[in-house]
Amino acid sequence: MASIIKNGEIVADPWCLLAAGAEAFATVTVIKPQLLLPLVRWGQERESLEKAGYTVGVWLAPDDAPEALISRLPQIPVIAIQFPSFTDGRGYSLARLLRQRYGFAGELRAFGDVLRDQIYFLHQCGFNAFCLRPDQDIAAAVAALEDYSWPPMADMMGSVAQ
Amino acid sequence: MYIYNEVDQRLVDDRVTQFRGQMQRFLEGRLSEDDFRPLRLQNGLYVQRQSPMLRVAIPYGTLSSPQLRQLAHIARTWDRGYGHFTTRSNIQFNWVRLHDVPDILASLATAQMHAIQTSGNCIRNITCDQFAGVAADEVFDPRPYCEIVRQWSTLAPEFLFLPRKFKIAISGGEEDRAAVRFHDIGARACISEDGRRGFAIYVGGGLGRTPLLGQLLKEFLPREELLNYFDAILRVYNRHGRRDNKYKARLKILVKDLTLAGFARDVEAEWAHAQGGPNTLSDKNFAAMEAFFAGPSYDGKVADEADYLAALQNNRVFARWMERNVAEHRQPGYGIVTLSLKKTGMPPGDATASQLDLAADLAERFGLGEIRVSHEQNLVLPHVHRSDLLTLWAIAASNGLATPNIGLLTDVVCCPGGDFCSLANAKSIPVAKAIQERFDQLDYLFDLGPLELNISGCVNACGHRQSDRPLVCRGADPRGDRETARRLRRHSP
Repeated sequence: MASIIKNGEIVADPWCLLAAGAEAFATVTVIKPQLLLPLVRWGQERESLEKAGYTVGVWLAPDDAPEALISRLPQIPVIAIQFPSFTDGRGYSLARLLRQRYGFAGELRAFGDVLRDQIYFLHQCGFNAFCLRPDQDIAAAVAALEDYSWPPMADMMGSVAQ
Repeated sequence: MYIYNEVDQRLVDDRVTQFRGQMQRFLEGRLSEDDFRPLRLQNGLYVQRQSPMLRVAIPYGTLSSPQLRQLAHIARTWDRGYGHFTTRSNIQFNWVRLHDVPDILASLATAQMHAIQTSGNCIRNITCDQFAGVAADEVFDPRPYCEIVRQWSTLAPEFLFLPRKFKIAISGGEEDRAAVRFHDIGARACISEDGRRGFAIYVGGGLGRTPLLGQLLKEFLPREELLNYFDAILRVYNRHGRRDNKYKARLKILVKDLTLAGFARDVEAEWAHAQGGPNTLSDKNFAAMEAFFAGPSYDGKVADEADYLAALQNNRVFARWMERNVAEHRQPGYGIVTLSLKKTGMPPGDATASQLDLAADLAERFGLGEIRVSHEQNLVLPHVHRSDLLTLWAIAASNGLATPNIGLLTDVVCCPGGDFCSLANAKSIPVAKAIQERFDQLDYLFDLGPLELNISGCVNACGHRQSDRPLVCRGADPRGDRETARRLRRHSP
């Protein structure tokens, strides 16, 4: 089982991420009972999958609108946000919206081109779980959460408000 | 001037530590060039034609004399003994070595300086009016607001990977000396009808290959909403700006695509959520910040002005310098001195380490220890008493810092061009030099009168060439537009 960083610790990842546009779930062989669905499929298949005993989370591409999730937010265990490239910063704004505006309290995960050098800033925007690019040193990435002395989610204005 | 508190200092110190590790991994081959590039750019480090270049931030163009000496020290220790001031009031060191850069950044941090976000697709150094706080026509001093925006934008985690670079300028005068409409966000100080302080906000300005003037997004933004509103603009841009084509990725293109009204609607909707929220600034925040920029005490200077007055009459060179290089100060008896970095033979904007040290000395002896960098690439001493002008001029003149050409043709605004920059397709410095040599005769130069010349070595606009200037010169690709590689265009007045 692949490892991720969650709440500052290295843990096994129980989630199976399904691609967008893949064939319907019935034809896919999945071992894990916890599924992350792309936004469109989450809308279409969530109910039947939950009835079949699966736990269902959702993942967003950078140009997805999070508003579709709002009505069910308290019931969603995991929202994962895709980083096709680490230089695509849209996921940072999605995270801020979900945490600050909509009050999402579950696991907020970054996946894709996620590198240790961005992990501190991702954390500051509200991500608490990181599925790193496979070549990354996961222990070093945990340490990178402490790159700066000021605490994550601290006052955004720094010393202005001191 | 603003003084770092513990939070500011730890931030720049931690940044140095982080970058030292990243540089080490890169040099050991554990961090790829692609993964390293955005990291080094956000630390001001470019790889140029001949050598890496380090661009150091000079927030809103303000320096203390110890900071200027620190820059001189860096030029001497790690470069070839000089630095180049840019049109965004930063300084570049053109001959640094990669493995020295963490040490240079550590050295900057000891003087409360850094190179954070001087490049990369993030919020760049904030620029301002070089006469802020001393100009006679000031609505209010923009520097406290510049510092607030600097703190908000430094490592603002949501906005480190924008579609493209993002430039903010804030000006406080009746006359806009910060060229705010050539920036992604331009803010001009204004007072509402009921006497509140705020800003007129322009968006989508920029030079480069698609020059556009910023458009008025909000006529009056109350100052307490400054960060909430900027957050809203940046979030709309970060989410919706184009990322498929770097030439179409600036805010100006998004504003054009959505139309100003459409963009304004999105920003208003975003702002509605933040308005009055936790990042709303209080009068206490403003008062604390304004205290850093309180003007010096000008009282009680009783000075003998006889020599100064006599020299104005009898010393033609001094009188010319007074005419061009000393601007009106809001305090009677004081002047604002511009030290010209446009002496013929020196690349425009370049200063040697000795000149930097000397400017620091002059600032301490005559100018209350403060220096400004203008976007025209000169140094400014904002508070000099009239009775000191003659002595200051004599020292500056014997060190190549008193060319009386501010606002004249030879006060060329010029990018580093093909001698250094890998983007350039033409050299700019030799053109500037040839023009300065041709017009070196002062009588002729004064007869020509005020005339601004901007030179860029490529279609980008580091030389601010499209900025409503009468004379511009830029590198062009002869295959692209069938013109010679250097084009001189005269705008109709």
